[in-house]
Amino acid sequence: MGKWSRRAFIGAGVAAGGALIVGVAVRQGNPIDELGPLLTNGENEQLLNAWVKVDTDNVVTAVIPHVEMGQGVYTALAQMLADEMDADWNKVRILEAPADMQYVSDSIARDFLAPDLQVPAWFEPTVAGGILELAQAMGLQFTGGSYSVRATGQRAMRTAGAAAREMLVAAAASEWQVPESEIATADSMIIHAKSGKSVPFAAFAHAAAEQSLPAKPKLKSPDNYKIMGQPMARHDIPAKVDGSAIFGIDADVPGMKYAAVKAPPVIGATVESMDATTAKTMPGVLQILNMGDFVAVVADGYWQAQQALNTINAQYSKTEGDDLDLDAIFARYATSLDEAGEDGGDMQTEAGDVAKSFAGAATKVEAEYKVPFLAHATMEPMNCTAWVRDGKCDVWSGHQAPVNARQAAADAAGLPFEDVTYHNAYLGGGFGRRSDSDAIIMATRIAKATGYPVKMIWSREEDTAQDHYRPSATSRFRGGLDKDGRAVSWDNIHTHLFDPADAPTVPYYNIASHKIRKVDVPMHLRFGPWRSVDHSQHGFFIESFVDEMADAAGKDGYAFRRELLAESPRYLKVLDTAAKMSGWGSALPEKQGRGIAFVPSFGSIVAQVAEVDMSGPKPKVTKVYVAADPGFVVNPDGFTAQMESGIVYGLTAALYGDITIKDGAVQQSNFHDYPMLRIDEMPEVEVALINGDHERLGGGGEPGLPPIAPAVANAIFAATGKRVRELPIAKHDFA
Amino acid sequence: MQVRPLNQSALGLRPPFRYKLQIAIQTPGDISMIKLNVNGQTREVDADPATPVLWVIRENLNMPGTKFGCGIAQCGACTVHLDGEPVRSCSTPLSAAEGKTITTIEGLASEDGALHNVQQAWIEAQVPQCGYCQSGQIMSAVALLEKNPRPTDAQIDEAMAGNVCRCGMYGRIRKAIKAAADIDQPAKVEA
Repeated sequence: MGKWSRRAFIGAGVAAGGALIVGVAVRQGNPIDELGPLLTNGENEQLLNAWVKVDTDNVVTAVIPHVEMGQGVYTALAQMLADEMDADWNKVRILEAPADMQYVSDSIARDFLAPDLQVPAWFEPTVAGGILELAQAMGLQFTGGSYSVRATGQRAMRTAGAAAREMLVAAAASEWQVPESEIATADSMIIHAKSGKSVPFAAFAHAAAEQSLPAKPKLKSPDNYKIMGQPMARHDIPAKVDGSAIFGIDADVPGMKYAAVKAPPVIGATVESMDATTAKTMPGVLQILNMGDFVAVVADGYWQAQQALNTINAQYSKTEGDDLDLDAIFARYATSLDEAGEDGGDMQTEAGDVAKSFAGAATKVEAEYKVPFLAHATMEPMNCTAWVRDGKCDVWSGHQAPVNARQAAADAAGLPFEDVTYHNAYLGGGFGRRSDSDAIIMATRIAKATGYPVKMIWSREEDTAQDHYRPSATSRFRGGLDKDGRAVSWDNIHTHLFDPADAPTVPYYNIASHKIRKVDVPMHLRFGPWRSVDHSQHGFFIESFVDEMADAAGKDGYAFRRELLAESPRYLKVLDTAAKMSGWGSALPEKQGRGIAFVPSFGSIVAQVAEVDMSGPKPKVTKVYVAADPGFVVNPDGFTAQMESGIVYGLTAALYGDITIKDGAVQQSNFHDYPMLRIDEMPEVEVALINGDHERLGGGGEPGLPPIAPAVANAIFAATGKRVRELPIAKHDFA
Repeated sequence: MQVRPLNQSALGLRPPFRYKLQIAIQTPGDISMIKLNVNGQTREVDADPATPVLWVIRENLNMPGTKFGCGIAQCGACTVHLDGEPVRSCSTPLSAAEGKTITTIEGLASEDGALHNVQQAWIEAQVPQCGYCQSGQIMSAVALLEKNPRPTDAQIDEAMAGNVCRCGMYGRIRKAIKAAADIDQPAKVEA
């Protein structure tokens, strides 16, 4: 097995060893000799290509260059490969790619770096090679940005499957002395109807390796899809119902000890001194380490380590952030926005003459919105197991960018990248949090200091207080309506910009003149991508303000948006579908309301209608209707689950999410003061899927989230006449 | 043994949301040999009786299916059965489990490997996403159905509200519990 123990780590879904497997690199020049040992099981296996191998028992293994955090990526990407290959879905196995530079995904890199570049040949050497170099420099073996299906799947997995199929066909044609056109493939069989021959893929696996690589494998058209578009059961689920799924926190290394850690409450401070008198005497405690930026207690067991850590009294250095409270942060935002005035700040997009259109508007609408800091609160707290010894380092965790994690560990251990082995496991929630490597670095440093394997686990309190937060933000709007109540002017300025750049923009709404600017406000807190990233703020800002404009125009939110989307039939269909599902316009009981929101993000178009019941002591979201067009839905049940999930994640934040700052430190610590949506608050969710463009796919993990907060806020307005301009909703009294 | 709060950061905060700690966590002490019955097998562990059952299961018995989520009985990821009752193992000291039977997620399937009906229903409804909370969800659901074979929606909500799922699969959990109820037991008069 060599140095890669991923197989053992994931367990289920991996092809049994001992089979003959035929290999060739799909990408020409791919150093197969280096990659082979990482993926194969000894001399009897060879690699068919970077993404697929075929076994003697005719099992097709899809090698997935992404990580599984519940989004169903293993299954969806395998579906794309298997369909193009005409593989028998029941004989498809899945293997996660090792954290190796060869798996840096150039298709992801291309979408990040050159999204509009049209390269017809899949691995056209000069362009792809250039992008791959850039990608490697960036360490992009990354799972995020809802990119897996639309980039890796659409461009790499499908092509790899098609290429493998063509090579198998070519090998059979050569052996049988018949034209390739007479050969068909189905269910992992190669079939020549005229002669009645029908053999498994495996029969030609060896010979396929001798075939030249097709430059442009022919991809199927949607009417020929057999596996794509089907609600295939997820491969990772059986292991997640019997306790056998292994997460980062489950790493098991012989002789390992356990570490509990505490960093200074104010991010950026250092540990100046500590009194560990009691901790030293506590049972099981092995070492107490002042690591400068955090304190670590290493013990025989995790609980012993955490209990000892709780007795340590540490003094921290003073920082510029020490005096900062939440009110002061929002005051800074206000000051920065005030200073930017009419024309300051960074222009993001501008069309027409906004000053003129606003001045001439028949009706003027102005509003300011605020959203708080948010923690990710993954169910699995941050953790990492590391072992640094004899010039080598092994690291076990669940990370969204395994190559980054490996590099971070190498830097922390002071070792070359090649001497670090990174073992990725299932992620107990990612949501962007596990794209940062802080836990990897801390564990590697502790392991280096101790010399033995150490499993570091953050307490929930540490996980909450030391996150890389979704930034809080303030956004101000001025909108103008003409005498017919049509939007003619849109002027927005907001704080912060993280990613993606299009989040604050509204190109799909037909508003002749618009101007969107941002101002930067520096802060000591750490920020990180949080599911749907900037769309999580701007979806709320934009769709709340559109609703306010609609109200000012004397129109309902659905009708007003229909006007704005009149020239975009694909977008209109999504909006209409959600509205129709909800029975928009029909009467609701007293104190109930319906709200609509529309947010295209990450390549997918999503509209939601939320229904709220305001008759109880607190708002209750009873029903959410979703219409989504991601181009083409590869796995309808998986995509639906992503919509449901995005709604709950977004609704939890909209109702409750509020990380507050006092004296520079985060005040929340655990689920009692950073509450989560629970099953008794779960609305019914109904999802309709639309396939609007099979050529260009959108993502699934994030686009379900941005519309929910504004849909709920707009519904509350419909029910109560009160406009929620500041999240979370729990702050407000609607009585 | 002296009883004291779980940790410093929990001091001064309002009482936990909805769920009180079942048994106060105790201070670490000396190791002793303790006999347990886990998933039908007698196990002996050398551990501090104050250690929460969660860590004994995970570290001493090397059964990682039971998960750590919050440490203060707020999320349910660590749910196991103690004499058939669902408990938060992160907040249940080992001393409280001595002489009692513990059932974990690893002990739900029958000896021939056949999944429990609830586990089967979980697969059919495609419930898990990241899967981290699911051991606890399933243990809570099994306990519910053992007591109440045909729960109403409100009873499902009440029994399951202690289990957080950040992937938000609550709708599928409801569906799976109802499906398992139909498989599991003959219909009884609604409670």
